[in-house]
Amino acid sequence: MEKTLPTQPAELVKPPATDIGILGWLKANLFNGWFNSLLTVIVIYLIYLAAPSFIQWAFLDSSWAANSEQCKMAGAGACWSVITANIRFILFGFYPHDLQWRPLLAVVILVLLLVYSRNRSHWRKSLFYGWLVGLFVMGLLLKGGLFGLEPVESNNWGGLPLTLLLSVFGLTAAYPVGILLALGRQSKMAVIKSFCVVYIELIRGVPLISLLFMSSVVFPLFLPEGMVINKILRAQVAIILFTAAYIAEVVRGGLQGLDRGQYEAAEALGLNYFQTMRLIILPQALKIVIPPSVSILISAFKDTSLVVIIALYDLLKTTQTTLTDPKWMGYSAEAYIFVAMIYFVCCFFMSNYSRKLERELDTSR
Amino acid sequence: MRHVKRIIPSMVAAICLSASVAAAGTLDDVKAKGFIQAGVNGDLFGFAKPDEKGVWKGLDVDTARAIAAAVFGDADKVKYTPLTAKTRFTALQSGEIDVLTRNATQTLGRDTALGLNFAQVNFYDGQGFLIPKALGVTSAKELDGASVCVLPGTTTEQNVADFFRVNKMSMNPVVIENTAELSKTFFAGRCDVMTSDASQLAGIRAVAPNPGDYVILPEIISKEPLAPAVRHGDDQWKDIVNYSVLAMIGAEELGITSKNIDEMMASTDPKIKRFLGVSPGNGKALGLDEKWAYNIIKQVGNYGEMFERNVGVNTPLMIERGLNALWTNGGLMYSPPFK
Repeated sequence: MEKTLPTQPAELVKPPATDIGILGWLKANLFNGWFNSLLTVIVIYLIYLAAPSFIQWAFLDSSWAANSEQCKMAGAGACWSVITANIRFILFGFYPHDLQWRPLLAVVILVLLLVYSRNRSHWRKSLFYGWLVGLFVMGLLLKGGLFGLEPVESNNWGGLPLTLLLSVFGLTAAYPVGILLALGRQSKMAVIKSFCVVYIELIRGVPLISLLFMSSVVFPLFLPEGMVINKILRAQVAIILFTAAYIAEVVRGGLQGLDRGQYEAAEALGLNYFQTMRLIILPQALKIVIPPSVSILISAFKDTSLVVIIALYDLLKTTQTTLTDPKWMGYSAEAYIFVAMIYFVCCFFMSNYSRKLERELDTSR
Repeated sequence: MRHVKRIIPSMVAAICLSASVAAAGTLDDVKAKGFIQAGVNGDLFGFAKPDEKGVWKGLDVDTARAIAAAVFGDADKVKYTPLTAKTRFTALQSGEIDVLTRNATQTLGRDTALGLNFAQVNFYDGQGFLIPKALGVTSAKELDGASVCVLPGTTTEQNVADFFRVNKMSMNPVVIENTAELSKTFFAGRCDVMTSDASQLAGIRAVAPNPGDYVILPEIISKEPLAPAVRHGDDQWKDIVNYSVLAMIGAEELGITSKNIDEMMASTDPKIKRFLGVSPGNGKALGLDEKWAYNIIKQVGNYGEMFERNVGVNTPLMIERGLNALWTNGGLMYSPPFK
């Protein structure tokens, strides 16, 4: 038997050189058909027009550690030193200068927790406690006042920690509220149902800016004299209320997308309403609506920059303030590119994670 | 819509008025909490803006510091609330801030219907023109047929249109939304002249590729007296804010600066003795320490020092004293006798 088998494999016939490797990839993806070839050529031409001058501006002619006069002398290139010179104000706003390691550490803890929680096999009770401890430590770091940490008022919080604070708390609080509203809207109890419908339609009918204005301008007038509710808290509540209404409608879509049979099967098993929802309906409904919820979360994250108009110093506002200095007034492009990159990284993290979740939860295979 | 537009301000005013009724005794509140909460701009270089380290700097900031020096003897006992143009007056009415030092123009409407009281003006501003020197124009009245770079915003646009019409000249407006873009357009030569508040023009000129090539014309075509504001109905607090600004002007009139003030304490001039509290009386009348004026000048400086430090000719803004000079130098800054 063994002798009859060839010891050397037969010579393989390679596919044509134009079907494999880089050439093959190009042919399959960029030049399959005259229309796509035309598009490819046009796009390459556009890149050819834009890229060299951008690279020249952003890298070759740019200055990184110059002061503003040197930037002005250097002329045409990008002046990245607008960021390096103001980085601490852009990232941390009014937080006392020599205490800025505290918000930095808080942000690092938050990022580590988020990255660790990415993996679903880490979702255990200990992680939940980890989050509680993490949030407490973050709050303690920002606010101070215990364990010999100098207290810092929330009015002085700003920059990146404020943006992350408003988004993370806003999104995590809005999601459960949104689910409750969606369930309420489906309820058979008239009072709950009409309350939810009115709430959702009212909030969705006004822009976020007007809610922020209400919370920061009109709301304080109704409070008794001298009673002032923290400005950040007011904005945070407005963001939660706003996002929750949108989440509610997305979740309702998921609830209605489920087959009627699922509800009936649950009833047939003798489950009560809460068991039905918790065990049968919501797990399926929420899975369906992962993509639209994530797009709402992403847009809500970017919407936190609207707190600019009520003069909270989030990441965007600290950048804009830096640009009003006559020394740095001309370098808005550099500063905005920097901020855009931070926003992009956060949003990309979210959308990337949602795709991962979708893959993992896909039970149809 | 027109009715709505009329109704809303009066509703706001009504809310504000009802809110301000109870607002007596700001001085006691401020003393109890130990600091002054001041509403400021936040984005206006030279007036109120944090520096790279997040420390507040500017003329309006120093005005608030002067009030803190008068009340507490410590100019650092101020907390700043950055406010937008839209939120500034409500913040004052709701009691969120104790004083508004946010380059707010004093107008009749704000002084009455909005329920505010304006103290002594700390900066006389007005709309002006910035032109390239190469144009060879020395007066705004020679600008017939010019193209004018202007920010959209009814008063600025309207003021310049009125000015050209009254002087029977024609103009060609170039309207661009934001200051940075507008100044880039102007420096690129797309318009002959740029108009805005004179203090802002100075800042814009400062970022020109070559600031020496541009001049601000002498004509000022609108009146913008910028003054600190407090709530209606608390006269004692208004007096304190008012005289804190006036003390800085008075000190300049008397020749007292933060540098020579300790020598001035030994002066025999009765005006200076009264001013610095060596002869007591003024402090008691205001409900403050007798050294209130001393503390202001020692810690913040007189008006001239404050002006030169924040917006004067040696800063990037390079603003001349002009209307903000003492009355003895042809300006409008004038303080009543301190007795």
